[in-house]
Amino acid sequence: MVEIRWHSRAGQGAVTGAKGLGDVVSTTGKQVQAFALYGSAKRGAAMQAFNRIDDEQIITHEKFMLPDFVLVIDPALVFTDNITLNDKATTKYIITTHLSKDELISQLPELQNKKDRVFVVDCMQISLETIGRAIPNTPMLGAFVKVSGMFELDYFLDRMKKVLSKFPQKIIDSNMQAITRAYNEVK
Amino acid sequence: MALKYELQEVEVWDGNYAASHALRQAQVDVVAAYPITPSTPVVENYGQFVADGYVDGEFVMVESEHAAMSGCVGAAASGGRVATATSSQGFALMVEVLYQASGMRLPIVLNLVNRALASPLNVRGDHSDMYLGRDAGWIMLDSFNAQETYDLNLCAFRIGEHRDVRLPVMVNQDGFITSHTAQNVRPLSDEDAYKFVGVYEPIDELLDFAKPVTYGAQTEEDWHFEHKARQHKALIDSRPVIENIFVEFEKLTGRKYNRVESYMMEDAEVAIVALGSTVESARVVAKYLRDNEGIKAGIVAPRVIRPFPFDAIRTALENCKAIGAMDRSAPGGALGMLFNEVSAAVYTTSSRPIVTNYIYGLGGRDLTLEQIKDIYRELKKNADAGEITTKIQQFVGLRGPKLEFFETRRG
Repeated sequence: MVEIRWHSRAGQGAVTGAKGLGDVVSTTGKQVQAFALYGSAKRGAAMQAFNRIDDEQIITHEKFMLPDFVLVIDPALVFTDNITLNDKATTKYIITTHLSKDELISQLPELQNKKDRVFVVDCMQISLETIGRAIPNTPMLGAFVKVSGMFELDYFLDRMKKVLSKFPQKIIDSNMQAITRAYNEVK
Repeated sequence: MALKYELQEVEVWDGNYAASHALRQAQVDVVAAYPITPSTPVVENYGQFVADGYVDGEFVMVESEHAAMSGCVGAAASGGRVATATSSQGFALMVEVLYQASGMRLPIVLNLVNRALASPLNVRGDHSDMYLGRDAGWIMLDSFNAQETYDLNLCAFRIGEHRDVRLPVMVNQDGFITSHTAQNVRPLSDEDAYKFVGVYEPIDELLDFAKPVTYGAQTEEDWHFEHKARQHKALIDSRPVIENIFVEFEKLTGRKYNRVESYMMEDAEVAIVALGSTVESARVVAKYLRDNEGIKAGIVAPRVIRPFPFDAIRTALENCKAIGAMDRSAPGGALGMLFNEVSAAVYTTSSRPIVTNYIYGLGGRDLTLEQIKDIYRELKKNADAGEITTKIQQFVGLRGPKLEFFETRRG
């Protein structure tokens, strides 16, 4: 089972991102789960979303998890959330930031011995330049596709188009650009 | 004519969306609803379906949940297929009218998305609202995941509307854990779903002016008892109808439901009895303990909470030695409902397994697999000792000092 934890602010689209990822993964025949810890959260409040991916039907419903991937889609949350909570020796981190990887890690002692498992990408800038709004969820999916190696980019883009099919063509196109740019730019 | 909705063979839906689609496919005549977390998306999505032309029926926005259920009662008495959804405080406000609906024998389908009751205010999942409704004379079904929420909604119309039943039906799902967790769901096509649910056949509808009838009549000590006794009999007698509809559903989908679900019980020494998503988490743990610690663990879960499956619970549990009844509701100065009802059932067997009570997960508190492991290990100790080695009622996952009550006087 692959387990993913998203760190986000309410309104940045982590739930939509987690559900979108679930939609795409389900088309490969795998079983998925996408859920969030929110409730009466307010826009802008720190929140978490989660994915589980497995070959078998997923019947665990505990919120507790040991994540394989931690996706941080708000640049400030690395300083306020405990992003390494319950991590493993193999947990990979994809963090949205305008800083270089070295600059970021120099400010985060908890990541210093995990350097080879930390990846950075500026989802905020990418979404501003492609979608026109600070919606960092779709770029993060592009970065995840690259880092996880779970899909070919073209396959993912094709499936994501179907997930977004209810939206106008312009929005679909800009999301595809955002995913592709993050795929290419994540380091 | 309602538009057909194109569905994939596998959709990724949460429990609320699954419920909305089932209501849409059943082509409900009237949904009267007042939204409340976490059930809001059930009627929000349904309202979208109505607005987009996927439903021919009426969506009635009302000023409260009391009015929502009153609207449902009126529409059902008038001869329509009727459904709604609610949670928690909204359900509490409906309670008065729930008894009216069942007393008038109106087959309304209510999606109850389980949530804690205030005070303190809490929007998250526990079974307080489900327990509040258990004497209201409704058939109560319980789903453990989004697929089951979808399936049981389709079955609920069939069960409630059956000529030999004619009772309202609640479909329970766990707030957030099921209602807001997206998982793989295999829906039926619109045609197949509607064919299964069938065309609604009203009985004694108020709008049939050729045959005037009265709903909500007054009966004092002369007839009230007989009415209530018949209602109880209808509930108890609905058991074979429910079973037959589950068999029909299995023929259509391959998915089999039972009044009581049993997992790994063939040779189980210890069993957890639970409701909702906990049933599935416990299956993960039981398998782990069988593979790694040699504990013969199993799970028994009422799929049908009302009519309480006194008979089937007894059959499922009589061969195990120790049972943990897990209640996700504040017991309010008593042992938990599952403990009381399961104990009563197994007391009438000759084996009389040991039963203990675990209170957990109130207000959405996470129940971890590790905690479930510890419960099974305690049950194993009880089974080996042949007596209760802990207090009878224990709280699991509570902050602060351990809270536990009552010692056994048996053995």
